[in-house]
Amino acid sequence: MRLVFVTGTTGLIMLVVIFELLRRRQLREKYGALWLLVAIAVLPLAFVPTLLDGFTSVLGIASGLSLFLFLSVVFLFLVSVHLSWESSRLEEETRSLSEEVALLRADVAELQESRERVTTP
Amino acid sequence: MIAGDGRLLTILPAWNEAESIDAVIKEIHREFPGTDILVVDDCSRDATAAVARSAGAKVVRLPYNLGVGGARRLGYRYAVEHGYDIAVQMDADGQHDPRYIRDMVEALSEADLVIGARFAGEGEYRVRGPRQWAMRLLSMALSAIAKTRLTDTTSGFRACRGELMVFYSSNFPVEYLGDTVDTIVQAKRSGYVIRQIPVSMRPRQGGTPSASPAKAMVYLFRSGLALLLALVRR
Repeated sequence: MRLVFVTGTTGLIMLVVIFELLRRRQLREKYGALWLLVAIAVLPLAFVPTLLDGFTSVLGIASGLSLFLFLSVVFLFLVSVHLSWESSRLEEETRSLSEEVALLRADVAELQESRERVTTP
Repeated sequence: MIAGDGRLLTILPAWNEAESIDAVIKEIHREFPGTDILVVDDCSRDATAAVARSAGAKVVRLPYNLGVGGARRLGYRYAVEHGYDIAVQMDADGQHDPRYIRDMVEALSEADLVIGARFAGEGEYRVRGPRQWAMRLLSMALSAIAKTRLTDTTSGFRACRGELMVFYSSNFPVEYLGDTVDTIVQAKRSGYVIRQIPVSMRPRQGGTPSASPAKAMVYLFRSGLALLLALVRR
């Protein structure tokens, strides 16, 4: 019973944290929705850990929780690959922006110089 | 204009090179007066930009440090946006001798990319150990790809023109070593002609070298990875 208490509260805390982050607009909706769905899907399992056992015995897996652990590792792997991809893209975007800023500042400096030459002959 | 090919821009990516950049710019102006000089200041903490400007170069300054590959890409972008026909890229520490710009620009009449190679007979430049193996490995692999003998593929002294310059302004690889290895593979794959001419290297006039001997093994590994990625990249 104590185990269920630990997993159950962890699941609930996770749900509350995500909800709070979404409420304060700290998370983009796509990530918030993803983690909310995950939390809601996992929460029943936190309270009744044997929930998957019937399903896994059909698949030939000894315990429902080992299937769950396997799936969560796969899921977390996919999420972190996605985040690496996203941050590479963001880096490329900020890089282009910094190039743009550097070119614009050079243009502005040039314009200012030519204007000063006109106004002070 | 040499080679009768229109406007020429010399790109000097610089990071904390205030000590040497003035002499480098003045020497280029003296040896090859037909070129405009662009210093890409990669967010130096010293007075690089101010020194370069007063020495008569155009300066663009990045808002934060992007690394030498990023600085070079910005240089090519500047060249394209300002209508230059030829771009020469050099190091800002005085290792590259501007006397060779003339030869390189002339060699461009039969090639799209000309590499100033340090081991091709002229000068005394030598490296040893894993760094040398890495450079040999790269040279052999890239010579085979480019179907011409390339002895110094990591040289930062090169010249290109026209379409290849436009290609570089948006595709110049910005990662470490990628900027030297990838450019050759990309250029060859897009059907451009690559040549090398021998140049001699001089000791640096200022600044500190960016790689220490202890990093040589890492260099070997990374150059292998850069080559592999360059080959399989779309």
